[in-house]
Amino acid sequence: MRGIAKSFPGVRALAGVSFDVRAGEVHALVGENGAGKSTLMKILAGAQRADEGVIEIDGKPVEIDGPRAAEAAGIGMIYQEFNLVPDLGVVENIVLGHEPERRGVLDRAAAARDATAVLTELGITLPLDRPARRLSVAEQQMVEICKALIRKARLIVMDEPTAALTDRETDALFALVHKLRAQNVAFVYISHRLEELPRIADRITVLRDGMAVATKLTGELTQEELIRLMVGRELEAHFPPLPAVAGDAAPLLAVKALCSGRVQDVTFSVRAGEIVGLAGLVGAGRTEIVRAIAGADVPDGGEVEVAGQRVVVRGPESAIAAGIALITEDRKAQGLVLGMSVRENTTLAHLDCFSPRGVIDLRAERAIAAQEIAQLNIRTPNSEQIVRNLSGGNQQKVVLAKWLIGDAKIYLFDEPTRGIDVGAKVEIYNLMLALLARGAAIVMVSSELPEVLGMSHRILVVREGRIRAEFAQADATPDRVIAVATGVAA
Amino acid sequence: MQPKQIEVKAALEASSAQAQEAARQRALLRTSGVIAALVAIVAIVDVFSHGHFLTETNLTNVLRQISDNAILAVGQTFVIITAGIDLSVGSLIQLTGVVMATFANAMPFDGIPLVAATLLVGLVVGCFAGFVNAVPVVRLNLPPFITTLAMMLMARGLAFKLSNGQPVPLNSSAFDTIGTGFFFKVPIAVLWMAVIVVVFAFLLTRTRFGRYVFAIGGNEEAARLAGINVHFVKTMVYVISGGCAAVAGLLLMARFSSGSPQTGIGDELHSIAAVVVGGTSLMGGRGSVIATFLGALLIGLLNNAMDLLNIESYTQDIVLGAVILIAVVIDELRKRYLRA
Repeated sequence: MRGIAKSFPGVRALAGVSFDVRAGEVHALVGENGAGKSTLMKILAGAQRADEGVIEIDGKPVEIDGPRAAEAAGIGMIYQEFNLVPDLGVVENIVLGHEPERRGVLDRAAAARDATAVLTELGITLPLDRPARRLSVAEQQMVEICKALIRKARLIVMDEPTAALTDRETDALFALVHKLRAQNVAFVYISHRLEELPRIADRITVLRDGMAVATKLTGELTQEELIRLMVGRELEAHFPPLPAVAGDAAPLLAVKALCSGRVQDVTFSVRAGEIVGLAGLVGAGRTEIVRAIAGADVPDGGEVEVAGQRVVVRGPESAIAAGIALITEDRKAQGLVLGMSVRENTTLAHLDCFSPRGVIDLRAERAIAAQEIAQLNIRTPNSEQIVRNLSGGNQQKVVLAKWLIGDAKIYLFDEPTRGIDVGAKVEIYNLMLALLARGAAIVMVSSELPEVLGMSHRILVVREGRIRAEFAQADATPDRVIAVATGVAA
Repeated sequence: MQPKQIEVKAALEASSAQAQEAARQRALLRTSGVIAALVAIVAIVDVFSHGHFLTETNLTNVLRQISDNAILAVGQTFVIITAGIDLSVGSLIQLTGVVMATFANAMPFDGIPLVAATLLVGLVVGCFAGFVNAVPVVRLNLPPFITTLAMMLMARGLAFKLSNGQPVPLNSSAFDTIGTGFFFKVPIAVLWMAVIVVVFAFLLTRTRFGRYVFAIGGNEEAARLAGINVHFVKTMVYVISGGCAAVAGLLLMARFSSGSPQTGIGDELHSIAAVVVGGTSLMGGRGSVIATFLGALLIGLLNNAMDLLNIESYTQDIVLGAVILIAVVIDELRKRYLRA
C-alpha cells in the first residue's frame, strides 16, 4: 500500500500512509486509538475506499472496490467482532459463500471434506456440526482463519486477535500463525498489547495521526521506544487552561465499589468544579463505568452518591432525577432521535418542564430551543431543522443542549469530541469550563490521550474493568498513562 | 424541576415564527400527496359517473362507510409510529361485538345508560386485549407481529365460541341512533369518528405522551436514556389500539343491530392500508392521525367510486392493492427527492 489517504467529513483519518507486507511475514501495526489502523485495514479489505493512493500485490496495482475484490486479491480480514453466522455450524460457516454444489444442489459431503481438509492442515479439531454461537471465542477465531484459508487468502489481517483470549488460547493462536507463516502466508497483526509483539511480529509499523511514523524490525525496538513513537507529540495548545478546584470543595459525585458487567470494584469521587478523565484503551471498561453511574445499564453492585446522598440507580430516570446527565459516545445511536427536529431533541429529556398537565406549551418549547441554539452557537437554519441534516459537531451540541436545560449537577461525557472538527471541539471544551463555573462536576471518557491530559484535573487509568492508576494533571505524561493502559506498568 | 427562566425576546419571536412556518410546510408536504390523489379521484369519477358521485347523499354515505376503518386506523397509527404493528384489531371487532351484544341483552335497563355501560364493557375487553398484546413486546422484546397474531387467533376463536358462530341480535333499540341516526344531516357514526380523530390527533401532536410515541419510534434507546418510561408508553399504544377496535366494534354492532362474529374479519389489514396510504412509515418515528384519516378516506372514495362505475368486487380488490403499492412507492420517491 502506498500513499494511502482517507478523509471523513471534518477528519483526515489517513494522510498518505505507505505500508508493505512480505510473503511469510507477520507485520504488526500499532498506534493509539484513532491513529488510523482500522481505517487503513478497512481500505485493504474493501470495506472503505481510499481517497488517494494505490494498493499493489506482487508489484501489480489492484483495484479493491469491495469485499469481493479483496477476497479475489487473496486478502482475508478477521475483525475483532467476528463475522460468523451464529446458527450455522462450523462447516457451513467455513464454506459460506463458497458452498460446493452438484447440479445446483448443495454438496454437503464435499463441504465437510473441504472444511476438514483445512482443519487437518492446521492440525486443529473443531466440532464440525456445532453452531457458531456455542463455540468459544478462540474456536470462533479458528473458524475465521479457516474461512480465510478456504478462500485462498495469502494475506490475513487480524484486528486485536488476543483481546478476548486466555493465555493458553493465545499460545495456540501464535503457534498457528507461525505454522501458516512457514507456508508463506503473510499477516497484518493489529494489537494494543505491546508486550506480546516480540513473540509474534517480524516487523512493526507505528501509526500516529494518520501517518506511518516508523517501520522497524521487532528486535530494533524496545517497549519504551514504541510507546514514545505512538504518543510522540507535544500536547496541542488548543485546550483552555483549567481553573483550580476550590481546596475545600466536597465530593459532588462519589462512586463506591461499583460493579457492572466487566467493571469491577470501581471507586472514585469528583468534586464540584472538577473534571476527572477516564483514560484507557477501547474496551477497557470506561464507557461501562459511566453508563452504570447514569443508569443506562443497571449496576450489579456498589453505591453512587450525589452530594452525600445515596442514589438508587434503577434506570435512566432515577439518575436524571438525581441530577446526573450522560452524554453518550454514540450520538446517532443513543443520543439523538435523528428524524426529530432540533427543538424536539433539545427538550426530550425535560419535556415535563414544558407540559404542565401533559399538553406541550409549544411557545415555551420553541423559545427555549432558540435560546439554546443561540447560547451553544448551533449552526442550524431554525429550531425545526431535522437533526439528521446537521453536521457532527452541531449534532453533538444538540445532545449537550438536551442535558443543559435540566440544570444537572453531574455531567458524564463519553467521547465528547469524537468525529467533530477542531473548532467545535474548542467550543465544547469551553462549554465544559462554563459548567464547572456553575458548580458542576464532570467525568470525561476520551480515547484521545491529549484531550484527557489537557482537559482533566485528575486522570484515572482503566484497564480490564478496573482503575489501575490515578495521576494528577501535572504528573500525567502520555508515556506513563499509556504504560498503565497497555499493561506494561502496573 | 423548573424550566430555566425563559426570556422571550423579539429576536426569538422572529425565529419562532420562522420555525412555525417551517413546521407547517413540512406537515403540508407530508399530506400533500394524499390530498392530490383525493382531488384527482373526485374529479375523474364525478365525470365518469355522470354527477352521481359528488352528491351530498353519496359523500355522507362514504363517510359513514369509512367511520369504523378510520377509527381502527387511528389506533393502528399510534402502534405503527412506535415501529410496531397490531394484527389483532379485526378480531377484536368480532370479539367486542359479540361480548357487547350479549351484555346489552342481559341488562335490565335501556336507553343511554345501556349504551354507556355497553361501550364501557367493550372498552375494557379491547383495552385489556391490547395490554396482553403489549406485555411480551415490552417485557421480552418479542416482535409485535407475533404477539398480535396470536391475539388475532385467540380473539377470533373466542368470538365464535361465545356466540356459537351465530350473530347475537340486539334486543334494545337504544343503539339504533348510533347505527343509523343523523345529527343535522351528519350520521352519528361520522360524529364519533370525527371526535376520535380530533382527540387523538391532539394527543399525538400536542401532548408529552404523543411526543414520546414519536421519540420511541425514532430511536428507542435515545428515548430510554432521556428518562422516558418506554415500557409505559409502548404498552399504552397497544391499549389505545385495542380501545379503538372496541369503539369500531360498537359502531358496527349498532349499524347491523347485532354483534356478529363474522363482522371485522380481515379489518386489521384495511386499517394498516389506511395508515400506509396516509404516508406513515412502517419503520416508525413518523406519521399523523390526520394523514391516516385521509388515507382511510381515499380508500373509501375509491371503493365507492368503483361501486358507482359498476366495477365488480374482484376487480375492486385488484385496483385497491395496486393503489396501496403505488401510494407507498410515490411516497418513498418523494421523500428521496425532498432529501436530495
